[in-house]
Amino acid sequence: MAEHKTPFVQFNEVQKTYDGEILVVKDLNLDIQAGEFLTMLGPSGSGKTTCLMMLAGFETPTEGKIMLGGQELNNVPPHKRGIGMVFQNYALFPHMTVAENLAFPLQVRKMSKAETETKVQRALDMVELGAFGGRRPGQLSGGQQQRVALARALVFEPDLVLMDEPLGALDKNLREQMQYEIKHIHENLGMTVVYVTHDQSEALTMSDRIAVFNDGKIQQLAPPPDLYERPDNAFVAQFIGENNRLVGVVKEVDGTSCTVDVDGHIIQALSVNHEGVGSRTTLSLRPERVALDPAPGSMPNVFDATVEELIYLGDHIRTRVSTCGDDEFIVKVPNSHAHASLNRGQKVQVGWALDDCRALDA
Amino acid sequence: MANAVEEAGPARSLTMADGTPLKVALARATRRSKIRAFLLVAPLLFFILITFIFPIVDMLLRSVDNPEVNDAIPATVVELEKWDGESYPPDSVLSVFLEEIGDRSEEQRRNTGRMGARLNYEDGGFRSLINKSQRAAPKILESPMQFALIGLDEAWEDKDTWSALDGLAEQPDFADILPKTAALLQKWETGNSPFAEKTPGAEVYTEIFQEIAAAAQDGRIGALTAVIGRAHADVADLVQRTADSAGDIAEHPLKYALIGVDKEWGEVETWKTIQLVSSPVTFSYYLNAVDRTYDADGNIVMQPEWKQIYVQLFLKTIYVSIGVTIACLILAYPISYLLATLPPSKGNLLLILVLLPFWTSLLVRTTSWIVLLQTQGVINDTLVFLGIIADDNRIEMIYNMTGTIIAMTHILLPFMVLPMYSVMKTISPSYMRAARSLGANPLVAFVRVYMPQTIPGIGAGSILVFILAIGYYITPALVGGQDGQLISNFIAYHMQKSLNWGLAAALGTILLAGVLAMYWLYDRLVGIDNMKLG
Repeated sequence: MAEHKTPFVQFNEVQKTYDGEILVVKDLNLDIQAGEFLTMLGPSGSGKTTCLMMLAGFETPTEGKIMLGGQELNNVPPHKRGIGMVFQNYALFPHMTVAENLAFPLQVRKMSKAETETKVQRALDMVELGAFGGRRPGQLSGGQQQRVALARALVFEPDLVLMDEPLGALDKNLREQMQYEIKHIHENLGMTVVYVTHDQSEALTMSDRIAVFNDGKIQQLAPPPDLYERPDNAFVAQFIGENNRLVGVVKEVDGTSCTVDVDGHIIQALSVNHEGVGSRTTLSLRPERVALDPAPGSMPNVFDATVEELIYLGDHIRTRVSTCGDDEFIVKVPNSHAHASLNRGQKVQVGWALDDCRALDA
Repeated sequence: MANAVEEAGPARSLTMADGTPLKVALARATRRSKIRAFLLVAPLLFFILITFIFPIVDMLLRSVDNPEVNDAIPATVVELEKWDGESYPPDSVLSVFLEEIGDRSEEQRRNTGRMGARLNYEDGGFRSLINKSQRAAPKILESPMQFALIGLDEAWEDKDTWSALDGLAEQPDFADILPKTAALLQKWETGNSPFAEKTPGAEVYTEIFQEIAAAAQDGRIGALTAVIGRAHADVADLVQRTADSAGDIAEHPLKYALIGVDKEWGEVETWKTIQLVSSPVTFSYYLNAVDRTYDADGNIVMQPEWKQIYVQLFLKTIYVSIGVTIACLILAYPISYLLATLPPSKGNLLLILVLLPFWTSLLVRTTSWIVLLQTQGVINDTLVFLGIIADDNRIEMIYNMTGTIIAMTHILLPFMVLPMYSVMKTISPSYMRAARSLGANPLVAFVRVYMPQTIPGIGAGSILVFILAIGYYITPALVGGQDGQLISNFIAYHMQKSLNWGLAAALGTILLAGVLAMYWLYDRLVGIDNMKLG
């Protein structure tokens, strides 16, 4: 991803309002590189689907420009954009067979019959449905319909494919399987994908970069590991993965680290996104980074805690403790011999490294 | 227990713990709910049975039922079966026939009247023929000769004939050959008195026939005609002809008597018709309904041209129904699309406007079209006022086919809108989006993706409108005028005015069969499962 290259898709100060009163998309700037798998992740109503629809051409931006391959898209009708799209409910045409569905985009492009047939068959083979061309969508299972929808969006070889929560209607196992398939197809074909979902694990699994949306704004745009391990703000920290939140006041800032007073407990944290000494801050701490009964002196932050609840989850034991004035503090304890003997009400010590505790906006 | 059962027969059907087969136990368990379900639908079932199924069956039966002749003259029908159908029926048949129709009982008169009406469908004139014969029958049976002589020659009914004979009665030559006749004639009051009878009594006819017949036998007929011929050549001629046919008349007095009542009886065809109509089941109503009929020999032939109306009427009804269906389709499609795509608040308001006609009386809607469309109506007045048409050149838009089609289209429109709307409402907008994202321009997307999905609605609406239109009655009756009448108006006419229920039933049955055929065709082409009415 060379930064000097012109981005393939570019949102340029895009705003969108439906009713003239509320902005559903606010000042959006987003560059998507060719070949990238970018996911728009966010809760419902965060503006991510609206962005996708503006890119597809079904909504027009109220303000700002959308560029595709260096060309302004605002006045290009959807059918001339050449963008493949997979819809939430597949939108397979029920009166056509699977093969006819796939042939549709080729037919409207006036492709020859022989070429159409070859491409349809190749696309069907790609999603392992080679023998299903003669069936109607209604005769297929949800997963099969999903693959057909995918094949249809790819059959005319678009450079950009949009996917609007395509796996939302599938059950969990199938969804995971499809995630890998989509990922592999993307790797093989190398097209640009813009994927919309509200499922964070889906986003983490598949994406090159994730744009976390909330309240019409991109909260953070980063590759999955960065997003999880280095959230920029409290919303992202909370939205991606499980997260312990400790709210306190910044006491002292020292370069990249700071000292925060949480309910009388002094915590050493990484200074990331707060408004300086005296301001309120939310400390974000992943449950798996918290150690139980750490060796004395090995960690800067060690506090007393009381075990409130134990939930057995197989590979780990989700342990809720109360510490630093927070009784919703979660610690993930690996299911190993070392920790076999935790009991409710037991007094323990919890500790964590300075780098794992990020001081974010309040 | 379970083990015992398994040992007895592991392949046997499953049983309950107490040994009852599972199916029996299941039937017992569901019986109560089945009875309950039946009781819930029972009132409607009986209602439909009585008000729908029964009348339809009755109509089907009535269209082939043919009891009238059999009810009125059962013995004659039996006698006619022995008849060869070629020669004139023998007097044995005629006497039975006369006895039956001559019966003065209330019931017989009613049956005879019905028979006359029934025969009249086959050939106009039968009704009066039967009525005349009914009145004459007792007199014929008592003394057939009066009618027989008239049947031979109508001159026997003329006053002049009898005046001439009366004038001769006192001549010895005449009285010698016809003594009894002469005696009776002398007693007959004749002359110019306005109260005088035109012709003498039945006994005079009997006597004169017998004496003429006797004279013909013994050769004195020449003398008689000579006597008469001196003064009245035409009467002499009449007597001579009577003498010539005397043997035949004596042999078939009833035949001549019936001819004397009406010449129609002289035709073998008349009897063939009666025989034909005497069968208890007939297809003649159906033939009639398709402009065909039986000829006297029982072959199926076309009706005379002036009676051929029904085939054309059926065709016209079908054309009008198709026209109305197409008009409704064209008008309803965009409305339904708009209704289905508007946000619910506006869509519901528009839907109410579409449904508004449903809440208004059919009669009111139809008559309001009269107000709008008539030559002195709102539309014509407006056009004249705007100077588009001249005052003396107003457009005829009502009391003809145009009026029928306009009013029916308006009235049937909701039946097209509702099924289409309900189908279109289920078509997700994402289909159109998908089509467009795949590269189809809006028109192609609409034609290839949207429209095929509305076919169930088009089919349901079309078949509904067509079936309603094909049997439409009130609107054509009110605004149809002369050429805007449809088949149902004629069914009503035969139900209410001509009282030819058999024909009405046959027309109705053909209509029903047509609708069922449409339904079958639709099922074959589109599939009933695809029909969505809402």
